[in-house]
Amino acid sequence: MSDAREDGDHGKAHTDEAALSARLQRLGEGLARQRADETSPRQDRAATASGYAKGFRLSSELVAGVVVGAGLGWLADRWLGIAPWGLIVFVLLGFTAGVLNVMRSAGVVAGGGIEDGLRKDREG
Amino acid sequence: MQINPIEQFEIHDMVPMIDMGGHQIAFTNSALFMLIIVFLVSTLLIGATAPRAVVPGRLQSIAEISYEFVANTIRASAGNEGMKFFPFVFTLFMFVLFANIIGLIPYSFTVTSQLIVTAALALTVFFLVLGYGFWKHGLRFFKLFVPAGVPKPFLLLIVPIEILSFLSRPVSHSVRLFANMLAGHITLQVFAGFIIMLAGFGVLGWFGAALPFVLVMALTALELLVAFLQAYVFAILTCIYLNDAIHPGH
Repeated sequence: MSDAREDGDHGKAHTDEAALSARLQRLGEGLARQRADETSPRQDRAATASGYAKGFRLSSELVAGVVVGAGLGWLADRWLGIAPWGLIVFVLLGFTAGVLNVMRSAGVVAGGGIEDGLRKDREG
Repeated sequence: MQINPIEQFEIHDMVPMIDMGGHQIAFTNSALFMLIIVFLVSTLLIGATAPRAVVPGRLQSIAEISYEFVANTIRASAGNEGMKFFPFVFTLFMFVLFANIIGLIPYSFTVTSQLIVTAALALTVFFLVLGYGFWKHGLRFFKLFVPAGVPKPFLLLIVPIEILSFLSRPVSHSVRLFANMLAGHITLQVFAGFIIMLAGFGVLGWFGAALPFVLVMALTALELLVAFLQAYVFAILTCIYLNDAIHPGH
């Protein structure tokens, strides 16, 4: 910079460069703003695209928990010969796991839910 | 006129059965469509990226956008370390996306409307998470089932619940995709059937048929959205599960 002040030509080149970089920066900021404007509503739309999709997601989480619990209980009964206790205990546990799954994917409790991922996605 | 909305999911043998080690192996319409999907995805991506232009053309833009989309999804939900699994997640995403979209073409077969296909995909993810988790972290992978800050006596109850929750993942992962596709295609078929049935009633029926026709158009648009959304959800869930394998105990 001190060099530029001594030499007129150099100074001119420097101001040109400065102006260019300032313009580039402005352009970058503008683009970033534009992109943010474009992306956030799109992802909101994807996230809330249809209540149907959301309901489906949550119900499948609950059903999966109960089904897996019932399956394990049935297997435990068969292999260990403890009928009906395996089924009783595992269905209850499976139901709890299903509720936990639902709460997770709805983002009510911490943990890897879809909402969690989408939120992270949105925040960048 | 009788229209069976389930008929579209039937699997036919296209080539006579081959006996292979006591198992009947047949080339079915499902296998044919899987081959078509793989062929289309490969051709699209290889063909689109072949010019390697700095300023991408239309096809190359598609390839670049899909790369960036999946890469951003992985980075957002599994961090930079998750990029190790980029080829896997990208393949899954493109396969499911193309299967869903090709299924929307009339007279085509929807591969993802078969539970066995989605279950195989979900189980691949499940065993990859298990395998990578144990390979990378050894027994520390079990920390996944022990949430931090829980008093010791509660662990007796919490740990089995967490394990069951973990085991139920491939079930919900696969059933969600399968059921969405199945339900969507049955709905489309039923409403399309109404058009044909109403049109059979003469001139008045033609006017009546306009209503389900408009509905089918709207449903097709919705199904296109669902096709994309379900592929995206499948990919993002894969990333979330892989994240557990990369960083257990979070």
